[in-house]
Amino acid sequence: MMQKVKERAMMILFLIAACVSVLAVGIICWFLLSNGLMTIGKIGPGEFLLGMEWRPSSGLYGIFPMIIGSIYVTVGAMVIGIPIGLLCAVFLAYFCPKKLYKVIKPAVDLMAGIPSIVYGFFGLVVIVPIMQNLVGGSGKSLLTASILLGVMILPTIISVSESSIRAVPESYYEGALGLGATKERAVFFSVLPAAKSGITAGIILGIGRAIGETMAVIMVAGNQPMLPESLISGVRTLTANVVIEMGYATGLHREALIATAVVLFVMILIINLLFSLVKRRHAK
Amino acid sequence: MKKKACALVKKISSNQQQIVSVILRGLMLLSIFLTVGILFSILVYVLIKGIPHLTPELFAWKYTTENVSMMPAIINTLMVTGLSLLIAVPVGIGAAIYLTEYAGRGNKLVSVIRITAETLSGIPSIVYGLFGFLFFVLRLHWNYSILSGSFTLAIMILPLIMRTTEEALKAVPDSYREGSFGLGAGRLRTVFRITLPAAMPGVLSGIILGIGRITGETAALLYTAGTAADIASDVMQPGRTLAVHMYCLINEGLYTNQAYATAVVLLVMVVGINALSSFLVKKMGVKK
Repeated sequence: MMQKVKERAMMILFLIAACVSVLAVGIICWFLLSNGLMTIGKIGPGEFLLGMEWRPSSGLYGIFPMIIGSIYVTVGAMVIGIPIGLLCAVFLAYFCPKKLYKVIKPAVDLMAGIPSIVYGFFGLVVIVPIMQNLVGGSGKSLLTASILLGVMILPTIISVSESSIRAVPESYYEGALGLGATKERAVFFSVLPAAKSGITAGIILGIGRAIGETMAVIMVAGNQPMLPESLISGVRTLTANVVIEMGYATGLHREALIATAVVLFVMILIINLLFSLVKRRHAK
Repeated sequence: MKKKACALVKKISSNQQQIVSVILRGLMLLSIFLTVGILFSILVYVLIKGIPHLTPELFAWKYTTENVSMMPAIINTLMVTGLSLLIAVPVGIGAAIYLTEYAGRGNKLVSVIRITAETLSGIPSIVYGLFGFLFFVLRLHWNYSILSGSFTLAIMILPLIMRTTEEALKAVPDSYREGSFGLGAGRLRTVFRITLPAAMPGVLSGIILGIGRITGETAALLYTAGTAADIASDVMQPGRTLAVHMYCLINEGLYTNQAYATAVVLLVMVVGINALSSFLVKKMGVKK
């Protein structure tokens, strides 16, 4: 009898623990959305989301340049990260000698573990001066941020792509070889397309990482709150906007920053939704 | 004539194939070289610049503007890490036990829990930071404190702990459970005496990965645990962790050398944490 009560009680305890994540998501959504949407309503959705001017001192809260900034930087990171990441993943899955693999795989894992503040610092003291010399200007730009973010999402793209490439049945590869393809051709034109949905999931995950990255971006992006004119002009992302101004903001300004995070949060939710859709298709 | 043409076409296409293959191979080598090269240059650069500045004074107990010691930040990091784990580990393991050992297949609740855990793991740390600021700092009136920061980070690493524990539990062969049930043990006893111990290395490696994330976290802590440079005397006091300390040093612009030194300590910690985690995973692999 006693035993039964104990079993029952523990099961309920485990159930409660399992529900904590549901609760957490609920509270996060509730707090952010209720705060943010109210502010957006106060400022006016059009003025807030599509306004070109961000000047809190004169009551102008337009985050359009930051939305575009986040998108630009993310796209830039993708342009750099996806090809390199995919090529690395293919190499690791099919071409890497075992001994080398034992070195490279932990290195990629380590890359994922390096704190973003260290990446940012490295970008600031190494990449920014290099860009200064190469293209002129301050060196803090859309391009620099894209390069740094591209590097930072590499481990995500590599490890997800590698495991989905490995999950493709051997027969695809052997079939292509049997038809006279070279090893490269077999892998790139037969195995890689078959791993498409897994790779897409990895890329979406990378997009989420890039768009949410904060500490590294603020060090190298310049953070001017206006639309970038070219690759080498400064840019401010949604995340940067929050971190830079939250420290001293009060009143409506602070609320506008929280609303900025809400916009980011909604973007992330959409990306997550895409991710789980792709994954579900993959599972079928 | 026709035969000849055919042969020619074949030859060209096989030549082209060859060229494409060579190019692809070259691109792959270039990519891998770039990736490893970047990692290597980050490590080497930070170490070379930082190690000479790792003076004993930087580990003094007191932070002053003349000597920006990182010791208080290290102690705060330990406090935040300990407290976050204290919250996230029991909850995460409990949740994973429920998902693998108790919930039936096709349970609606399970898929809801999975989706929310996935959502949590996708939320960027700055959003966690703002949520922590709104909820723990303002609503619960915990102010900028170690406690606010720890709770925020605990939510952040919860999905990680859940996922790794779940995977480790799933990897335990069913025969273990059946054997235990067969000997008359209840479900609870089976979990705590048989399944969980067998899954321990995997669970630990997840916890260690969580420690790694906490150690490197900045954005979620800036507006929850604050940036006070002294040792927090209790959990209701604010205090900066090592990563936040590094951010403040860079931001103030006067302490670049000390920032390098802090980066070295951070990197060494992260490398060590990673090595430990993969060692545990390997150990689990052998056991299977």
